[in-house]
Amino acid sequence: MEEEVIKKFLYVNRKAPYGTIYALESLEVVLIGAAFDQDVSLAFIDDGVYQLKKDQQTSVDSGIGVKDFSRTYRALEGYDVEKLYVDRKSMEERGLSEDDLLVDVQVFDEAQMAELMEQQDVVLSF
Amino acid sequence: MKFGILVNEGPYQHQASDSAYQFTKAALENGHEIYRVFFYHDGVYNASRLTVPPQDDRNIVTRWSDLGKKYKLDMVVCIAAAQRRGLLDENEAKRQGKDADNIAEGFRISGLGQLIESGIQSERMMVFGD
Repeated sequence: MEEEVIKKFLYVNRKAPYGTIYALESLEVVLIGAAFDQDVSLAFIDDGVYQLKKDQQTSVDSGIGVKDFSRTYRALEGYDVEKLYVDRKSMEERGLSEDDLLVDVQVFDEAQMAELMEQQDVVLSF
Repeated sequence: MKFGILVNEGPYQHQASDSAYQFTKAALENGHEIYRVFFYHDGVYNASRLTVPPQDDRNIVTRWSDLGKKYKLDMVVCIAAAQRRGLLDENEAKRQGKDADNIAEGFRISGLGQLIESGIQSERMMVFGD
């Protein structure tokens, strides 16, 4: 890159991991984006919280016959993507708790989530 | 203002595709700069040269091509999203051993890094999606 601008990037994940390709392709952006050394955060809102659900079973034998990419979220740490935020209301509405998630996250209420978004330079919503 | 545009939805299927075009056109006509238009997810279909809409409907693909030509827009189609959906430029068709390519005039195929770079270089990133 020609200059060393560091911007705050927030990826907002709002869709379930399967059913549509948004979650998988969003994750691909995060992985490529990591090479740019920006200040990256990920937010999981609405059905997006399901992306982080432990024990996803998607094989042909036990599920819908689609590749399970959930382990990639655990690899994010290795890409220096460590700021993961989950919307409390979305999580609780779906009967999930932090123990159900496959990575360490910070759980934010709506006001905190709004503040997080306010702080960003670039918000990519998928 | 310098804008980056991200188009995440396909033509005719979703309003986001039209809104992205209308926003981009309006911004340019009002003297703003568009750093790059990036097509992702089903948004890559906005660049298919083989699109044939009914004659009494708008032609979303040529509309982008024309706008791109008029303002020398940098219109980039994500290569990974394009390949899994059957959208190839000439080079990529050759490389993959396919017998046809279908990228419309004014678009180019490149990687996701171009989206991140657009976020870095633009003053505002506008996302048009579902």
